[in-house]
Order: sequence, then C-alpha cells, then structure tokens
Amino acid sequence: MSTLAPARLGPRDVLGVGAAGLRTRPLRAFLSALGIAIGIAAMIAVVGISSSSRAGLDRTLAALGTNLLTVTPGQSFTGASATLPAEAVGMIARIGPVTTVAATGTVADAKVYRNDRIPEAESGGISVLAAHLGLPGTVAAALADGTWLNEATEGYPAVVLGSSTARLLGVTAASPDVQVWLGGRWFTVVGVLSPVALAPELDSAALVGWAAAESYLDFDGHPTTVYTRAEDDAVTSVRELLAATANPENPNEVKVSRPSDALVARQATDQAFTALLLGLGGVALLVGGVGVANTMVISVLERRSEIGLRRSLGATRGQIRLQFLAESLLLSAMGGVGGVVIGIAVTVAYAGTQDWPAVVPVWASAGGVAATLLIGAIAGLYPAIRAARLSPTEALTAA
Amino acid sequence: MSTSGGVVELSEVAKSYPGVAALNGVTLAIGYGELVGIVGPSGSGKSTMLNLIGTLDRPSSGTVRVDGHDVASLSDRRLSALRARRIGFVFQSFHLAPGLSAVDNVADGLLYAGVPLRERRRRAVSTLERVGLGDRLRHVPHELSGGERQRVAIARAVVGEPALLLADEPTGNLDTASGAAVMALLRELNEGGTTIVVITHDLDIAGSLPRQVSLRDGVMV
Repeated sequence: MSTLAPARLGPRDVLGVGAAGLRTRPLRAFLSALGIAIGIAAMIAVVGISSSSRAGLDRTLAALGTNLLTVTPGQSFTGASATLPAEAVGMIARIGPVTTVAATGTVADAKVYRNDRIPEAESGGISVLAAHLGLPGTVAAALADGTWLNEATEGYPAVVLGSSTARLLGVTAASPDVQVWLGGRWFTVVGVLSPVALAPELDSAALVGWAAAESYLDFDGHPTTVYTRAEDDAVTSVRELLAATANPENPNEVKVSRPSDALVARQATDQAFTALLLGLGGVALLVGGVGVANTMVISVLERRSEIGLRRSLGATRGQIRLQFLAESLLLSAMGGVGGVVIGIAVTVAYAGTQDWPAVVPVWASAGGVAATLLIGAIAGLYPAIRAARLSPTEALTAA
Repeated sequence: MSTSGGVVELSEVAKSYPGVAALNGVTLAIGYGELVGIVGPSGSGKSTMLNLIGTLDRPSSGTVRVDGHDVASLSDRRLSALRARRIGFVFQSFHLAPGLSAVDNVADGLLYAGVPLRERRRRAVSTLERVGLGDRLRHVPHELSGGERQRVAIARAVVGEPALLLADEPTGNLDTASGAAVMALLRELNEGGTTIVVITHDLDIAGSLPRQVSLRDGVMV
C-alpha cells in the first residue's frame, strides 16, 4: 500500500500561493500595505532626521572643535557684577596646554547707529566690543565679507560687524565708503562676520580694535569674555584651572563654560521630542497592522470556495494556514519595505534642506522591516487559523 | 492494495446532519476503470455521497474505503495526501482561479502532490492538449467559454492521473452542445483507463453512462 504522506510545499510554492490572493486584488493589497508603510515611514523618518541632525552637529563640532572654553565674570558675593582683571588674558596664556587665547571687552555706553541722524534711543541692542586680533582664529569665526582687524586697523576707527548687526544696520558689504556712527564718531566697516556657532554673542556685536576702543571710546581695558582653546586631551584639566588663573583673588567670581556643551545639550532636548514622534509613528504602525488584520479576515471570508477547492486538490490544514500567513506576511513586508524607502527619502530630502549628512541607522531599517513582519504574523494568525478550520464541504458549498 | 480491489467501497454507510439523515445504509462498490453515474433529484443525498467518496467528509457510521484506504483510519493530513494523489474533482461551477492562465490553473492540480513547478507546467500543457485546449494555454478563465472552462477544470482533475475522478454536475452550467462535448471527453478519458463517477440529476446524462446508481431520500433504489 502506498504510504500517504502529504508533500511539503517548497518556499517558492508558499510564496506563490501567498501572492495569489494579493495579485487578484491589487488595490486592496496596495491600500493595506500603505497603512503599514505610513507607520514605518514615519518612524524611519523620525529616527533618520534625528540621526542626521546629530551627524550634522557632529560634523559642525568636528569643524569648530570642542576644545573652546569661555571665561566670563560672574557675580561677586554682594551680587554686584564682577569684572575680570586686565591681566587675566596673559595669565591664561601661560597655562601649559592652552593653545590660543583671545578676549573681548564690552565698551560700556558706546552705541552703534547707521548714521548720525538716528535718534539715540534706537540703538537696536547692538553691543560694542573691543576685540583681540586673535579672536576669529580662537572662536572659529569666518568673514562673510572684507577683512578682520589687523595691527594697522586695530588702533584706528575701524569696525567689524557681527552677522545680525550687519543685517540690523543694513550693511551688506564692507568697503572704505561704508561708515557707521559708533560712540559718537564715524567708524569704517572693514569686515562682516559670518554667524559664529560657538560664540553667538559675537553675531550681535560691533567689534573694534582693543587700542581703538581705549583711545576713542573710553574703554577700561577689562576683558569681559576670554575665549581660549586647549589641547583636546587637556580641556577638562584646563577648565578646572581657568577660574583661579583668570582671577586669583576671587576665583568664585568667574564663570567658565564650554560652548560646544551647550550645542550638545540643545540636541539632547530634541531627543525627548524625537521619542514622542517615534511613539506617534508606532501608533500609526499599529493602526496599519489592524488594517492588515482586517484585510486578511475579509480575504478569508471571501475566499471560502478557493479554500474548499484547495482542500479538494489535497491541501492540508497546515498548508492552508501557511498560505494565509504567507499572504499576510507578504502584505506587511511590502508595506515595511515601502515604508523604509519612503522614510529614507524623507530623511534625505529633509537633511538636504538642512545641509546635514543624511543618516538612517541600519538598525532602524532592519528593525522597521522586522516589526512589520511581526505585525504581519500577528495580524495573519487568526484569519489563517480560521481558514484552516473550515471544513472542505462547508467551504465548497459556500460558493 | 485492498482485498476486494474496488476503487470505492461503501459498506452500510450512513451520514446524518443535525435533524436530517442525508444517507442511510448505502452499500456500493465501484471497480477500477468503471464509468458510473450517481443520479437522483436534489435532496436525494448525492452531494453527501460525493463528499464521502471524495473523502471531504467522514460517514456517521459504516465504512468508506477509497483506493484501498479506510477513510476512518486516516488523519486529516493523510486524507489530504489521498486527495492530492489519488482523487480528482470536477465541480459544476468550475472553481478556476480567475487571474491564472489555463496552464497555471491545471498545474495547481499537482501543487499539493509535491511535483516541482517546471514538471507541473510541462504536464499541465500535455494534459490541456489531451482535452483539446492546446491553443488556449495562456488564456485566463474569463477569456474562455463555459465548455472550455470545464475542460480546463477536467484537465486540472486528471493531470495527476488520479485513481478516481469525481465529477459533480459537470454539465450543470453548460449549454447542451458544450455539455455533450464535456461528456464525450469524460467517456474518452474513461476509455483511457480513468475511473470516473459522475454525479447528476439529469436522467438523460445518467442514461448515457454504462452504469447508474439511483439515489432517493438517502437510500439506493
């Protein structure tokens, strides 16, 4: 007697029967795959955009360096604002691992106007700072136009404008003909800075030479911000020394900060928002999964006669179950892969507008597809079991 | 194989559904190579008979042996394998997959018998040529006439060279000419050696067959 063992379906045949149901109803398959795709795309885009922004920041920090430290006067015990001693810059420069030092000093009472007819009250919040010649090199500032101060111009009424200052004053380019009304006399604009990422306070400043400030603007010579770079591996130890070095008599009146930390901290607050968006994407994915389950339940109901036919052709219950599971998995895998592609496209487009490198972590794409397969398996399980439970006669007479 | 050598052996078979006795004490033997008509009006129990002979259902009492196997002793998996290898079905409403070509519909008749795809296609083509549809291989069902569709369905049923071909009202949805052509094809397959059981309510069709089994109210008359 021949042994009656059911033949196994090969992977290709499983795929074939799984795809058969999708091929006959392409629009429905597309729409339910779209539900999954939207959820996955949302999650991939959120992860991708946040990773890209992180990569953009890393690139910025790599270009700017994370070894910049700033020293500013804090408050004295009595609550009055403190000042840094005039010798602070020289003393900081003598710390071994310090590579460069430059300072700015606020010129009290000096205001900048486009010309001498502007009412005095409309100063626009622009601060006038005396600057050392080494400032751009230390804070990684670039010039949008013109030149930085040099040994010749630092003693003359010449000014370099920060980027927002230039915009406020309506100065687009530096030239010997462009002058602004600064501290009661004309200063020639010799340069305009690009925005300075590590020292944004310079953007809203007008920078004049240290000597010019002292001779034309009654500058007291006290630095208000000292910018210093140290060797990368010594930043922490230099940071600990700075307060005592800058003001040995009152080290508690000195504030030391690391501007790159502030950029990283701002990024960290974005992370919380990312988690929220990721949660929303997860909800969309869940809704997509419910859509797939719904499609599969309807598919089983509609295809009772096909199930009966396949049983009459010799399909076992297990093979019917496998067919509908394969269909559900295919459906959600299509959605998952589509979603990953859409998510990557969104990330690339957005990163392009922000000038970030587009980064989509591999774990996000792989995890997204894995999640859809899991959802497909869960969504398809119950309909598949129901399909397999149909008795062949019942299924055939349903037609 | 079996002791008495019949392809179908029913012994005191009864089948009842809640409130209805569909079959009541039917004993019947069909030998290899026969062409038999099971005839009766609707409600006579012939569909139940088809389900029992086709191993789609099990009897309430009595024994059903198909190709030597006692249906009661087989698990659902083994029954499926029996259907896949030894039984072919033809239905009144064809049950063809709408999006698939004739070749692929016929090849699906071998899907659950473990035949590789290329071999399935090759045998499907030769079977379609045998039923006279060699020029319709790539047509999908809605491009075919009713008679042609039923011939595709017959090709699907016989592509695995089953021991038994069960045809349930094979001409029920066809006009007279197509119906006659389908019956001629079945007779031709029978002459080639296939055992065929035709279930019908049509006395003329039953009368054209070498042997008839009449059913009425679940008993043979």
